[in-house]
Amino acid sequence: MSDVVMHVWRGDADGGQFEEYTIPKQDGEVVLDVIHRIQATEAPDLACRWNCKAGKCGSCSAEINGKPRLLCMTRIDTLPEGETITVTPMRAFPVIRDLVTDVSFNYEQARKVPAFNPPPRPEGGYRMSQIDVERGQEFRKCIECFMCQDVCHVIRDHEENKSRYAGPRFFIRYAELEMHPLDTNDRRDLVREEMGLGMCNITKCCTEVCPEHIKITDNAIIPLKERVVDADYDPIAWLGRKIRRRTKRTAAEAKVQPD
Amino acid sequence: MSQIEHHDYDVIVIGAGGAGLRAAIEAKGRGLKVALVCKSLLGKAHTVMAEGGVAAAMGNVYAEDNWKVHFRDTMRGGKMLNHWRMAQLHAQESPDRVQELEGWGALFDRTKDGKILQRDFGGHRYARLAHVGDRTGLELIRTLQQRAVSMDIDVFMECKVVRLTTDNDGAVTGAVAYWRPTGEFVTFGAKSIVLATGGVGKSWKFTSNSWESTGDGHAIAMWAGASLIDMECVQFHPTGMVWPLSVRGILVTEGVRGDGGVLRNSDGKRFMFDYVADMFRAETAESEDEADRWYDDHTAGRRPPELLPRDEVARSINTEVKAGRGSPHGGVFLDIASRRTADDIRKRLPSMYHQFMELAGVDITREAMEVGPTCHYIMGGVQVDPDTAATSVPGLYAAGEVAGGMHGSNRLGGNSLSDLIVFGRRAGIAAADRAENLRQPSLSESQVTEYVDEALAPFTRESGENPYDLQHELQELMQANVGIIRTESELVEALEKLEVLKERAANVAVGGGRVYNPGWNLATDLPSMLTVSTCTAQGARDRRESRGGQTREDFPKADPELGKVNFVQRQSSGRGFSSEITITPEPLPVMPDELMAIFEEESK
Repeated sequence: MSDVVMHVWRGDADGGQFEEYTIPKQDGEVVLDVIHRIQATEAPDLACRWNCKAGKCGSCSAEINGKPRLLCMTRIDTLPEGETITVTPMRAFPVIRDLVTDVSFNYEQARKVPAFNPPPRPEGGYRMSQIDVERGQEFRKCIECFMCQDVCHVIRDHEENKSRYAGPRFFIRYAELEMHPLDTNDRRDLVREEMGLGMCNITKCCTEVCPEHIKITDNAIIPLKERVVDADYDPIAWLGRKIRRRTKRTAAEAKVQPD
Repeated sequence: MSQIEHHDYDVIVIGAGGAGLRAAIEAKGRGLKVALVCKSLLGKAHTVMAEGGVAAAMGNVYAEDNWKVHFRDTMRGGKMLNHWRMAQLHAQESPDRVQELEGWGALFDRTKDGKILQRDFGGHRYARLAHVGDRTGLELIRTLQQRAVSMDIDVFMECKVVRLTTDNDGAVTGAVAYWRPTGEFVTFGAKSIVLATGGVGKSWKFTSNSWESTGDGHAIAMWAGASLIDMECVQFHPTGMVWPLSVRGILVTEGVRGDGGVLRNSDGKRFMFDYVADMFRAETAESEDEADRWYDDHTAGRRPPELLPRDEVARSINTEVKAGRGSPHGGVFLDIASRRTADDIRKRLPSMYHQFMELAGVDITREAMEVGPTCHYIMGGVQVDPDTAATSVPGLYAAGEVAGGMHGSNRLGGNSLSDLIVFGRRAGIAAADRAENLRQPSLSESQVTEYVDEALAPFTRESGENPYDLQHELQELMQANVGIIRTESELVEALEKLEVLKERAANVAVGGGRVYNPGWNLATDLPSMLTVSTCTAQGARDRRESRGGQTREDFPKADPELGKVNFVQRQSSGRGFSSEITITPEPLPVMPDELMAIFEEESK
């Protein structure tokens, strides 16, 4: 079988360059296999994150020929044959070394999410119907590969937006909590005022790269935008809230973490 | 050493999978200062790989189910080598632990009346696994992760612990670690330490385990004076992918069989009917018709033989392949396509559908999968007190896969996730109890210096071996000589070769800098891998019988006398990678009469 020629970006925060590696092709291999063989032979210090190698943990996100992909789920034989394969780190995050980036932005955003807050558990456990849990389950498929964050142009080319924009991964988290049958917190003002939901102009780049095929834009962001708008401007919803005495709390209250 | 970053905590938890997160949540809930230290990013631990579900006798699908049946299934699955008290606590407490996850945001699949749905799995008499499609581990880790983050637990990510420090009385005082992103060292002072480091599978060539499963917790515990038990008991999951070679070993959930999938050989025959051991005959279907009736109504027939415990199924597949009745790539066929509708398969097993479609180009709604055994789980581990998860080292606790005893010689599917949350919580409670009554210990400077130097040694050697070559040889050796079927001569040879590998590991050299250097990281994993591999080979040599995850070609039957002992391993003199490991048979704890009665009633 022929060879695989791979250009791998190598460097750190101060800069770097592409290194070319030529490795004999093997049947059925994914890009991560080739990276591993480069590590085991030519470059033991080539930095690359990975864990499960089965598309379940979301560790090995990088950009293959300029597109965010999981290295472990991208088969070599699905890429244009005979062409050099280019592998670079995710662009939206600072490089630590080679293909490894500093994704702490995402962990900081996770800390800002007001916690899930259910009513006390009734005798015999909570009851929920399958159809109600399915909406949230779609978003909980997220493996936190952060490729939706990487590809989102609000932060990909605008570092300055990171301080006021949670990004698609966290919009699906907020949507999940908003649609959770048991949750009592109301995060809608928070999402609008501090998480930058309005900055998303629904170009669906995030949906396209999601390896879990979560319909981020259609099923999370757009419904979330509608709910946030309803909360603010819809007089009928406003009246309804007054009459029904909603138990959901405001963003300010919700920011207080439960015990 | 004044320049080394240092942190003092009440409790540090090493490992951030299900057990570690659950322990940290418990200790933090007591108002203590708690740190979680993990080798990868938070949320990436091996728990995410668990697919089928979490076993808990909630009785939501079969009201007849209760903790006693779960206890009985677990002990029988483990071939009675389990610590009875762990199996009891596990069966009694797992329903509460699963319910608790819902209170933290987990969204399990539901029954028609809105309760948590439970699915069938091997060795469990009733449908018992709470699940979310085939990604239950992800749900569990994300739920616990989000809970831990909301409690503001300090997390040290991509931080590898190389050694535990101890005082003159042998109690733990802390840990020495390095940051993988910078290569800089960090020390932790801790009143209590919980080990939740998972398994050892990366020492085998074909494994479902990630790079992290190098037995770090087993090894650092032993080096600190703890004893290990049952290390010969390694589970080979019957269904790993076998093709393409690059994905060989990746897990195919037992849920495929729980949901109706069957195993066939190259003749198209459902061969598992030929492999029903006497112990399981009374509860296993005799014909395909009977087995097929069971899926919809467990009173209409007995269980299909495809749902025997994992050790039984893995050995049967191995035998079929050896007899020349395997699939083209050396496995057997797992067929759900002919038994369930395409919609059903995609709904119940979405990630399996994905995995085969993208990695193997196989559409499991139309074709059978090729599967074969893969190294999956170690039942053996650090010896612990069942109620507190305390090891024999004061201040050191162990929970989850790194702990031994709970699963005996073979673990039932679904009992791992429940193990994590039951004993993770118990370890957190006991670690907190101790920490509340203790002053902050100080670390021995000489120990810290020694351990830092030890970890950096590969950089100081001008020439030496490539760590990847050594890892590769270890994996080949363990696969060939300490695999699913074992024999005395091969085990003796393995132990000799392991000694040579240990000597060579002391001569590994790495280049490049310390910043995110996987070659160096691997070099620091090798001592753990070689230590636990030696323990497994030694135990496998001395347990001259076949029982669960220990199968001896030269001793094919279970020996009732050996069924009464654990093989316990320690380091007698000196502590550390190069010290000799001793092994002694020690009697199993005796089960009280009222629990024994559960088994006697049945044999009547």
